[in-house]
Amino acid sequence: MEENLNYKPKIGVYVCHCGINIGSVVDVPAVVEFASKLPGVAVSREYTYMCSDPGQNLIKEDIKNENLNRVIVASCSPRMHEPTFRKTLKEAGLNPYFLEMANIREQVSWVHPDRDEATAKASKLIEAAVAKALLLEALEEKEVDVIPSCLVIGAGIAGIQASLDIADAGFKVYLVEKTPSVGGHMAQLDKTFPTLDCSACILTPKMVDVANHPNIELMTYSQLEEISGYVGNFKAKIRKKARYVDFHKCTGCGVCAENCRLAGRVPNEFDELIGMRGAIYLPFPQAVPAKYTIDPKRCLQLSKGKCGKEGPACVAVCGPGAVNFEQEDEMVEIEIGTVIVASGYDVFPMEKKPEYGWKENENVLTGLEFERLVSASGPTGGKPILGRDKKGEGGYEPKKVAFIHCVGSRDKSVGNEYCSRVCCMYLAKQAHLIRDKLPDAEINVFYMDVRAFGKGFEEFYDRVRREGVRYVRGNPSEIYKKSGEEGDHTMVIKVEDTLTSTPLEYEADLVVLGVGLEPRKDIREIIDLFKLSQSTDGFFLEAHPKLRPVDTASDGVFLAGCCQGPKDIPDTVAQAKGAASSALILMAYGKVKVEAQVSVVSPDECRGCGFCVEVCPFGAIELVDENRMGNIVKVAFVNEALCKGCGSCAAACLSGAIQPRSFKDEQILPQIAVLGVRP
Amino acid sequence: MSIEEGTFVQKYDLLGCIQCGRCTGGCPVTVRTPLNVRRFVYDTVDDDVLEELSEKPEIWDCTTCNTCAIRCPKGLEPFEVLLGLRAMRAEEGNIEPTAITALESMFNNGNPWGKPAAKRMDWAEGLDGVRILEEGEKADVLLHICCTAAYDPKIQPFVGKLITILNAAGVDFGLIGEEEKHCGSEARRLGEEGLFEYFDEENTELFGRYDVQRLVTLSPHCFNSFKNEYTNLSIPVLHYTQLIAELIEDGKLELSKEVATKVVFHDPCYLGKKNLVFDEPRYILSKIPGVETTEFFRSKERSLCCEGGGGKMWVESESKAPRLAETRVADAHDLGAQTIAVACPFCWLTIEDAIKAKGYEEEMQVKDILELLGEAL
Repeated sequence: MEENLNYKPKIGVYVCHCGINIGSVVDVPAVVEFASKLPGVAVSREYTYMCSDPGQNLIKEDIKNENLNRVIVASCSPRMHEPTFRKTLKEAGLNPYFLEMANIREQVSWVHPDRDEATAKASKLIEAAVAKALLLEALEEKEVDVIPSCLVIGAGIAGIQASLDIADAGFKVYLVEKTPSVGGHMAQLDKTFPTLDCSACILTPKMVDVANHPNIELMTYSQLEEISGYVGNFKAKIRKKARYVDFHKCTGCGVCAENCRLAGRVPNEFDELIGMRGAIYLPFPQAVPAKYTIDPKRCLQLSKGKCGKEGPACVAVCGPGAVNFEQEDEMVEIEIGTVIVASGYDVFPMEKKPEYGWKENENVLTGLEFERLVSASGPTGGKPILGRDKKGEGGYEPKKVAFIHCVGSRDKSVGNEYCSRVCCMYLAKQAHLIRDKLPDAEINVFYMDVRAFGKGFEEFYDRVRREGVRYVRGNPSEIYKKSGEEGDHTMVIKVEDTLTSTPLEYEADLVVLGVGLEPRKDIREIIDLFKLSQSTDGFFLEAHPKLRPVDTASDGVFLAGCCQGPKDIPDTVAQAKGAASSALILMAYGKVKVEAQVSVVSPDECRGCGFCVEVCPFGAIELVDENRMGNIVKVAFVNEALCKGCGSCAAACLSGAIQPRSFKDEQILPQIAVLGVRP
Repeated sequence: MSIEEGTFVQKYDLLGCIQCGRCTGGCPVTVRTPLNVRRFVYDTVDDDVLEELSEKPEIWDCTTCNTCAIRCPKGLEPFEVLLGLRAMRAEEGNIEPTAITALESMFNNGNPWGKPAAKRMDWAEGLDGVRILEEGEKADVLLHICCTAAYDPKIQPFVGKLITILNAAGVDFGLIGEEEKHCGSEARRLGEEGLFEYFDEENTELFGRYDVQRLVTLSPHCFNSFKNEYTNLSIPVLHYTQLIAELIEDGKLELSKEVATKVVFHDPCYLGKKNLVFDEPRYILSKIPGVETTEFFRSKERSLCCEGGGGKMWVESESKAPRLAETRVADAHDLGAQTIAVACPFCWLTIEDAIKAKGYEEEMQVKDILELLGEAL
């Protein structure tokens, strides 16, 4: 091998102890001794932590003093420290791609308890790395410009906060929201735990800010339909759905909604369907923008072509003449450098737990329905009254209220193993609200654990109990109506008090279900657009669970809020600020390095079959025409900015025409040969 | 702690339990017995107390209705722990005399009812279209009758109805005849794991003698054993409601006669909660002319057990509180139902008793879906 090289190899091998992670299993001195005798190896050393400053200096000194031209670090996974050591090489004046890593931690010491076997395998992996290192080529890292604007998807508190931070830093934001108003789930909440801040009071100013900020272009009732390009240079197509109301003419006065023939007859999504709206509507009084929207599925004029004898009342009463049934969807194309996905969550669908009788009983409410019930902007003006008739009259105040923990969370029987992190505390807050509004009510909370882990949470839980809220340890098995008699609102909760081992049939006239959080039902749409991955819980997968919590595997695309996993408002805001900061780093620097280890096509060998195009998960390859002495033929072409160097194309290619740099056949086959597998 | 093989901890995944209480909270028999299945899951972690726990009389109150298992958020089957304790008693032969008699009869006669094998086909007397398969003979469907249906004079008539229906729909089916044996389900529920294994082997060999496409059972209990508990049975297993729903859907079974009655369907635990067959029986009822259907509030996944399963046919509870079947009948009465439809021989027997106990004989009847179909044919 060595004699075929056009340079004299001088390889440095550095074996890391990783504290006791590697050193306690692998006989590091023996490995160092073994490596020192391999062909081309000039230096072989060990150190406790190679990644530390002294560890890196060791490498730098050797590169300078010994004129090393290849470096092998035997330590952890390259996913962990390859970027670290590439930087070390670069700082010492060596091409960073002359680095090869042997993973003797994840692939050796953490999985092989036997010292001799582990030592032998570590030695073999280093020998293989040496075989490959001899054949490494210098690669050039390219930089591309970053368009200084960001697309934010979803205008809940996560999207709002990220947008404001980016806009305040002086960069352009396109904030796209599916529904007619910004605000998301937070706008539906009454008060927030544990401080009891009024949700609307702290959110509304931010909602107004995103609408008015000169750097934010707000697109509500809009949807991202296409995205192409790569980090720094994305192109997006957004559909602005027809509101059938002229955005500029509408003053938000609301006369149209008052006069709509369906006023008070269409269940309002914002009120979790327990409140009503018309076919033309503003989802809630503080909605931003304060512009009315016509629901095309419910509007008589749009769905049936006819509204009353005199025609649509909304048209007749609108002073500025804003109603326009001819309006069509509008497509907008934008160019952006970065993307933040803040698409939120859905609450657990109660259809999956029929034994709690939610569907059949109007006094069994989900936590979010309860928020609307006690919210001043809700259907009862914040009074906890149930069973009102269609005119909003009658009804009763509950006397016995039960709150149920862990509904649809920590439950394999509904496919959700995870804890939703917010239910313990929102139920405590709701118990407090009911205690506040109904001082004489009996309040019981049925729990299996109380997870009051956040700042001020345990203190709040203490306070709520002392206010006269009883916590009973047992998760209910069934909830059903006591009798079919009119006016009897009693629900029976079958539960065991597990602390006394007593099966109970507890009675209540209001049951609030602590429903958990699930990935959005339409999560697939965004996955398909951005090639994002999901973790086992179904939420979006971050690039690293500890160290890259807002990044995704798609460069330039960041995550914020509950689309990445259940979290409360403070955590959501913190993550949104993190995502904004990550996007800002790219935009403020203005350039981004693109992967150097990308696939390259040898056009003469390419047969234009297109297998590589099909298998590429990043859409980085296309077939282009090439003129071969007058004949136009198809050959593969790699967009280097999109390619991640995953190698799928090389595995699929029949003629070996496409190869990832640093992982070409001629580089990895000798490495494999050392490991005992003949090519 | 290390988890030793063969202990309850390992066998029933006891450390997976988070003591949430949903099992006991949902257990239907807690209203009439001191049984607390969660406590058994908690206590059986300690090997030293297993013996003592197995002596508690309430372990025999479990009807194995599966409610605890479908409610469990961690995928455990709490009632299986009770079967494990029953097995300890059974191994010592220290169980109810009635249960011992049933188990002995299973082994000696192939049925728990103390009846000779030679009388297993008595129900077929005077019936046309009964084909007993020869070894190696071909048929689409192998029909398994169930011990209770074969011997109990109250249930026997349904079998005839099923034969008539299958013939009317042109189904190519055959029977095993006098050699047919107990499925082993009740042996296992009475703690006789070894006897269950015997039936598993015997029946698998028996079914293997015929060239058949599908095995169809009359009882949900046999259905469950063959489908889920037999170790090497590869032939697809159906409950009769699944086959008949298919026949109706394919237009092979015509139901022409009016059966004017208000029906509420009682989900058998081993068909519904255990095997999630909820739709087929309801589909059949919806296709019977004249039948008006209503639903129990506690139906499908939350259906209330009749207490006929789990070996309860042979072990009487010490409780004097009203039986669950009586609650069920009272609920049906409140709904104004004239017929409680079932699809299980055990359900039929317990509900018939309960109707009598409540004194509702004049107002309502229990009928197997097969009886209603027979009337509509």
